[in-house]
Amino acid sequence: MASSRRRPEAGMVEVLDAPAPAASTTVAQLLDRARGLADRLPGARNPAVAAWRARGAETFACQGFPTRREEAWKYTDLALLRETRFEEPILATDITPPLSREGSEPRLVLIDGRVRHDLSAIGGVTAGVAIGSLADALQKQDENTIAGLGRLAPETLPLPALNAALAEDGVVIRLADGVDGGMIHLLSYATARAGHPVAFHPRHLIRLGPGARLVLIEEARGEAEAFAWQNAVSEVLLGPGARLTHIRLLDEPLSAVHTAMIAVRVEEGAEYDSFTLIKGARLTRNEVHAVLSGPRAALHLNGAQLVDGSRHVDTTTVIEHAAPDCASRQTVKTVLAGRARGVFQSKILVHRAAQKTDGYQMNQALLLSPEAEIDAKPQLEIYADDVKCSHGATVGELDHDALFYLRSRGIAEAEAKSLLVQGFLDDAVSLVADPGLREQLQAETVAWWQRVEHGG
Amino acid sequence: MLKIEGLKVSVEGKEVLRGIDLEVPAGEVHAIMGPNGSGKSTLGYVLAGREGYEVTAGSVTFRGRDLLAMEPEERAAAGLFLAFQYPVELPGVGNANFLRQALNAVRRARGEAELDAVQFLKLVRGKVKALGMTEEMLKRAVNVGYSGGEKKRNEILQMAILEPAFCILDETDSGLDIDALKIVAEGVNALRSSDRGMLVITHYQRLLDYIVPDRVHVLLAGRIVQSGGPELARALEAKGYGELQAAA
Repeated sequence: MASSRRRPEAGMVEVLDAPAPAASTTVAQLLDRARGLADRLPGARNPAVAAWRARGAETFACQGFPTRREEAWKYTDLALLRETRFEEPILATDITPPLSREGSEPRLVLIDGRVRHDLSAIGGVTAGVAIGSLADALQKQDENTIAGLGRLAPETLPLPALNAALAEDGVVIRLADGVDGGMIHLLSYATARAGHPVAFHPRHLIRLGPGARLVLIEEARGEAEAFAWQNAVSEVLLGPGARLTHIRLLDEPLSAVHTAMIAVRVEEGAEYDSFTLIKGARLTRNEVHAVLSGPRAALHLNGAQLVDGSRHVDTTTVIEHAAPDCASRQTVKTVLAGRARGVFQSKILVHRAAQKTDGYQMNQALLLSPEAEIDAKPQLEIYADDVKCSHGATVGELDHDALFYLRSRGIAEAEAKSLLVQGFLDDAVSLVADPGLREQLQAETVAWWQRVEHGG
Repeated sequence: MLKIEGLKVSVEGKEVLRGIDLEVPAGEVHAIMGPNGSGKSTLGYVLAGREGYEVTAGSVTFRGRDLLAMEPEERAAAGLFLAFQYPVELPGVGNANFLRQALNAVRRARGEAELDAVQFLKLVRGKVKALGMTEEMLKRAVNVGYSGGEKKRNEILQMAILEPAFCILDETDSGLDIDALKIVAEGVNALRSSDRGMLVITHYQRLLDYIVPDRVHVLLAGRIVQSGGPELARALEAKGYGELQAAA
């Protein structure tokens, strides 16, 4: 079916001599599926939704998978995706995913990309907080939901476009003005039930009204043998004065692939405070595009990448300062073991209007093995004249003197290394204000170290 | 307790210790004095098991065991402790957590029960106070942002908590003013006992006014050239190392 790839519609701008999309039967299969499902995906009868999906399919048809020839994908190769035949996930009915949190907060569980009400517990949500599934909202042709689709995500990029074409479900969270929504837990769990590679494309819409507050914990996990490609897009809109604490934990099996696009818009005086801990899938591309669109908005894109074995983890962020008096802070730590590969690309773009911008970016990597590698590319692009932007990057190994000091106190080598790795991560993890969440993240980093030590 | 015989050590192909013989029995404090470059710190590091030192001859027996065959953590578990001349900073590693992990590691090795955070705090509180330290220092990262004197006190605090059978103090007096020196010396003297040995490495005699040794050994160019009682330290202070160096 490779020949069925759509040609660009007339009227689209075509760049002469642009390289043709890499020939990939996977692209054709995915587009076939988009066509085949077009009448059956939730919201298909709504013209706006149908048009949105069609645009996505068209963009993906034109571009195909990104390749390393593109600047933004220079260090991450999606050959694995291009060469895999993905099938539909099978509806796994008899599954109970293990929970990493004992918390009593409302929980929404997705299995292989679909919201499972039977496994979720959203009874206890605060008044003024609406949580539900995207599929349900689109079936009901909910206008607010439809209006939010593609509003923030950069859908001229192929993977978010593919997500638009194929999104079946996702999570919709809306907080009314001034509401404190407490904590909400999302778990996306991949199963190996299909017995073959599966792909799913969840689309999450999160909107906080003016002055609303929420702590959102988002986890991606999966069964050990699940070869699942999760291609997720989140669109996060924070109204004036709203505050979202977004804790993400990606801890997926070695057979999984995760590509994520988080598109965030932070309006006047609002704050997006995020921490992302990535322990890997085989390949993870964690991309965040954030726009500080109103004065005095604040952004924290902190995180840690813990990469071992043959895993590849890529964090790519674009921070756009579009209004004056905004602050962005980014501290990302990467620890690499084995033959792991880490990528950190971050661009801070300061528009002419964004006077008094305060931007800070720190990216540090610790290499535990001579075969591990990190590629770091910080970028500043500044069009305003009264700004304060700083960035720094370091790459190092474990300090031998520190290791000897610990061992000379009786602490065994493995334990000493663990302490030093924890110490290295501390400046980033300590930025998580909630002590319970901080402890959970610390425990995750300790568990990661045990995996490294035991060659898992 | 500690017996060094014919110890020769090279660093990057250069012989730094050229045949050391030294025995420190339990209950005694011995001092090693010598000018810069005589091999004093090398001796401390070799005994503690630091990398980069090649033992080309000789042996070290500690409590009946071959010390040189042991990993650094095994030496600590066996009761050896080195107070560093330059304590290492450990960014992001909380001092209390570090001290408790170290204590529990040696307690496990001694077959004793581990202490939880509450029991540990109870144990450590009095020792912190005795060394003129604050509990706030337990919350900070190990040695990060500490003054020179605070770092040295933190070394002695570790020693007081771990209660090692044998202590090596490497230039513990350097960087200390006289008041801090007295406090540190008190801390060390409090640990003197009939079943504990100590080796005090120092350039100056000053520390030995406060930690009075049983024996003094003079190290010059990798060899012990003279040994004697505490009076030898004072004689050296008066005459300097020059005369001995000329003779050596």
